[in-house]
Amino acid sequence: MNETPTLADALRRVERPRPPSAFSNALVFGWRAVLKFKHVPEQLFDLVMTPIMFTLLFTFVFGGALAGSTRDYLQFFLPGILVQTVVFNAVYSGMGLSTDLGKGLFDRFRSLPIWSLSPFAGLMVGDVLRHLIAASIILTIGLILGYRPEAGIAGVAAAFLLLVAIGFGMGWIFIVLGLLIRTPTTVMTVGFTFLFPLVFASNIMVDPATMPGWLRAFVDVNPVSLMTTAMRGVLGGGASIAEIALALLAPVLLTLVLAPTTLWLYLRR
Amino acid sequence: MNDLAFPAAERPLADSENLAISARGLVKHFGEVRAVNGIDLDVPRGMIFAILGPNGAGKTTLMRMLATLATPDAGTASVMGCDLVGEPHRVRASIAMTGQFASLDEDLTGRENLVLLSRLWGFRGRQAGARADDLLAAFELSDAARKQVKDYSGGMRRRLDIAASLIVTPGVLFLDEPTTGLDPKARQGVWRMIRQLAGAGVTILLTTQYLEEADQLAARIAVIDHGRKIAEGSSRELKAATGSGFLNLTLSDPARLDDAAELLEARLGTVAQRNVEGGGLSIAAGDAAEANGALAALVAAGIELTDFSMGQPSLDSVFFALTGHAAEEHAERKDLS
Repeated sequence: MNETPTLADALRRVERPRPPSAFSNALVFGWRAVLKFKHVPEQLFDLVMTPIMFTLLFTFVFGGALAGSTRDYLQFFLPGILVQTVVFNAVYSGMGLSTDLGKGLFDRFRSLPIWSLSPFAGLMVGDVLRHLIAASIILTIGLILGYRPEAGIAGVAAAFLLLVAIGFGMGWIFIVLGLLIRTPTTVMTVGFTFLFPLVFASNIMVDPATMPGWLRAFVDVNPVSLMTTAMRGVLGGGASIAEIALALLAPVLLTLVLAPTTLWLYLRR
Repeated sequence: MNDLAFPAAERPLADSENLAISARGLVKHFGEVRAVNGIDLDVPRGMIFAILGPNGAGKTTLMRMLATLATPDAGTASVMGCDLVGEPHRVRASIAMTGQFASLDEDLTGRENLVLLSRLWGFRGRQAGARADDLLAAFELSDAARKQVKDYSGGMRRRLDIAASLIVTPGVLFLDEPTTGLDPKARQGVWRMIRQLAGAGVTILLTTQYLEEADQLAARIAVIDHGRKIAEGSSRELKAATGSGFLNLTLSDPARLDDAAELLEARLGTVAQRNVEGGGLSIAAGDAAEANGALAALVAAGIELTDFSMGQPSLDSVFFALTGHAAEEHAERKDLS
């Protein structure tokens, strides 16, 4: 029965401190995402295994046939696989969100006097970290296998910035899906159903020159192709402003449309 | 309700100053279903107030509205003097809610969960850690502080969940079915904690489908069924409203339950509540003499009894008398313990 005074003590002196800023709220949610890496390291495994397998398979199985040599193919393929990794990774925050909503965790967050969007900002912080970690691992493996970014360290830094922007934009799609769909696995299924055609019917794996005309028409305007073209340019040196602008078009539009949608869905749940 | 528009300092000290929650005509529907269908509620400050009702009665929806998690379709309410719809952010600053499902991050440790929430409330750096440690100690969770929540037992989880609602002492604490799914020992622990919180001056609004829980904890009880409040009062008042005397009896042959019930109903003019498995019956009886006569009639009809008693009605009987159906038969599906 010694907890009686302790509980009373714990309750007595607790006035609310000065309310924190929206930014500091968002950072706290970002910290949560970092803790998740510590406690659920498996998620990193999921995150990088697929792209590593893709890199190895495509380079060594198809690379010679597609580009004459595995080395030439890797030089072509690696920027694309970075884009693919980030695009696929975006699914995970949608799944995480769906899990949290199912457990009532967001009810707690929603009943707190904090900036309403801060939990989502936190998801985004987690996403950005995830993208950077995955991209670093893929790039390291690429370097070991013989990939050489012609644009050097500056090019790699620019490429990472571009990846973060792409991931941020794509992330909204899955946050909206996470808000709409109750089960995390359905979020994943719906997400991949939508992403597979986008990723495969693009210029990531092969030059679209050999594709039938109707498919090329799609591949040429596919946002994933535009992102990949810009990524090749940034890493290889010689990306034009226009290429980068086209690559950012989809992420910017998605953010403009889906960020308000997210808030609307969240507040009306 | 106009007085709520005044800034706190100039507001006249009216009755509403003593109310933690004051709601008028709250309505919430989901499609065709009117989950909450016009409920008035006045909860005085510092009281444990229970909302009692079967599953689907609208308890959770009512609580979610008062905790700003759902917007009312009609009606007005103020919580700790702040308008629910107009100033949800101010309401949130003075409430805390522990939902039916643990609102914790299962992947994080107990301590990390509390530090996270402490930081969201505005505690910085070491203060946040200290607050988390105080609460863990108060809720007897210090030993499990560094374990992931997914490894917690049901009782530990519920304690942590309540602790998470007390980072800053709330004006009103909402507890949605705080003991559903807990074993009897864990339930006693949560009850003890709720009483201590009320002792510390926290207003507590809890929902429950356990009549015993409302009876044990709450100073006032609102009985809710099909989205409407059908009765309100202290446990004693609710029992008194049902009738002074209650005759409870057990038959030696449960097969004769219907015979016995019909006979008693004809004699006493009230409806008997049957407990089929145990062969038990409860029925309102005006006084001891009437009950005596009814018992004699049973014996004359050759219905043997193993046990009988005369007493105050249980809340179960009250619920039956108010709604015409038992609370427990709705509750069973949900009861995991």
